[in-house]
Amino acid sequence: MLNALAAGTLVAIACGIVGTFMVLKGLAFLGDALSHGVLPGVAVAILWGIPGIVGAAVGSLLMIAGIGVVTKKTKLSADTAIGLLFVGMLALGVVIVSRSQSFSGDLVKVLFGQFLGISTIDLVIQGAATILLALMAFVFQRPFLLLCFSEEQTQVSGYSAKFYHFLLLLMIAVSVIVAFQTVGTLLVFGMLIAPAASSSFISRRLGSMMVLASGFGFIAVYAGLLLSYHFNLSAGASVVLVAVGIFFVIFLFSQKLKPRRIHATRCN
Amino acid sequence: MPQDAISFKNGAIGYEGQSVISDLNLTLAEGSSLALVGGNGSGKSTFLKTIAGLLPIISGDVRVLEDKPGKQTLRIAYHGQFHPHSFLLPLRSIDVVRMARFPHRGLLGRFTTEDEMIVRESLEIMGAWDFASEPINSLSGGQRQRVFLAHTLARKADLLLLDEPTAGLDVPGISLYEQLICKFKKEGKTILVATHSIKEASQCDKVLLLASRVIAFGTPSQVLTRETLLETFGLVAQLNEENLLFVDPHHHG
Repeated sequence: MLNALAAGTLVAIACGIVGTFMVLKGLAFLGDALSHGVLPGVAVAILWGIPGIVGAAVGSLLMIAGIGVVTKKTKLSADTAIGLLFVGMLALGVVIVSRSQSFSGDLVKVLFGQFLGISTIDLVIQGAATILLALMAFVFQRPFLLLCFSEEQTQVSGYSAKFYHFLLLLMIAVSVIVAFQTVGTLLVFGMLIAPAASSSFISRRLGSMMVLASGFGFIAVYAGLLLSYHFNLSAGASVVLVAVGIFFVIFLFSQKLKPRRIHATRCN
Repeated sequence: MPQDAISFKNGAIGYEGQSVISDLNLTLAEGSSLALVGGNGSGKSTFLKTIAGLLPIISGDVRVLEDKPGKQTLRIAYHGQFHPHSFLLPLRSIDVVRMARFPHRGLLGRFTTEDEMIVRESLEIMGAWDFASEPINSLSGGQRQRVFLAHTLARKADLLLLDEPTAGLDVPGISLYEQLICKFKKEGKTILVATHSIKEASQCDKVLLLASRVIAFGTPSQVLTRETLLETFGLVAQLNEENLLFVDPHHHG
């Protein structure tokens, strides 16, 4: 249980940092696709008896490369390219899994995580990855902020928009890889987006947004684990459910507090 | 003899290897102003983006501040037509303007008192200080445009590339913008502005008329004639003479 709480805290911090950039840059859909794209990687890893984390890493790298190629080489919108890769990878994962009869138990673990089965080695890897993500976010916060504001301004300021976009994708991939063991590939997206979106209602500055998002993530982990323990529920799903619950509570409160808030219309 | 801020020799510019305008041959001296006039899709934005280093040159020789486009990052400010995503940021307006100082401070350099003063001054000049702590996604279109102009101002650049900067501004906003341009001109900055306002164009040193090719390049009185405007827009003859946006320089002597 202590391992679960520690792992959950690390996931909350990693997802709080990376999720904030995702929300600001509008990369939610891409993050969702990336988190599902790791499935075939993990499935192959389990099939071959190598650590799932390695498969997840390869899967997400392939996914990033695939999105890059498809969006660059075709006139299709990124949405379409990402959507296609997303279902393609998910289907591939299921196909690989369905080849093996003894796989069904493992599949549930991959999809929904195994919060209570986290080993100390997993914890060390997650800790190292979280520190790496925090360092990257700190060092590159300026180009990342510019990127969230405008790709053109990033470029004009002397930073390569393409490079930092790729770096951001890589950071999303790392946090997905870190988090999938605890909350699973289906639910990791909730940990990335819900706390960061919640904090974007309250905070107006990057640093405080990240701290707040990590805080919300931690509350979700703690409350979710308690709920799952007392009512015998799936741990990963309980945690994500609390995170999404927090989002809606804060959303409703922020609407009440700021009745005159003008919402931007999205126009293309 | 002032140096050339920009120079094109047999330049061809465009997107993804496809040229939008070719045979560009022109120079603009440092400290002067150039208006880009033309309809939608005429190549105004392509021209500005190429100079900003956002689009690669297709062929020919293009020099910007005696360097390749996009190299003199600290001396160039580019005010593009904004990506819709910028509007959704929940960040404070002042933080958007502070981003203009990032290239001057590098990845981890601390902001100086001078930076903070420049940020505040820029917001004040654009009449945006009152909503400096408001999140950008809660502002109106005109207010956002003021914040973005403050951002452009805060870069303290020598060469300003402005792509339809008055889009969405209200009357007081346009007046602030006009004062801003006067200030830039007095400070000896080079200004390139894509505009739909013939009045604004007539106040620049040079005008470039575009319609996917160069229609005319020269001083406003040489270039802004009924014939060239007709060639550029195809519709000018039908415009009301009293339309403020279309002041015919011939009637001004």
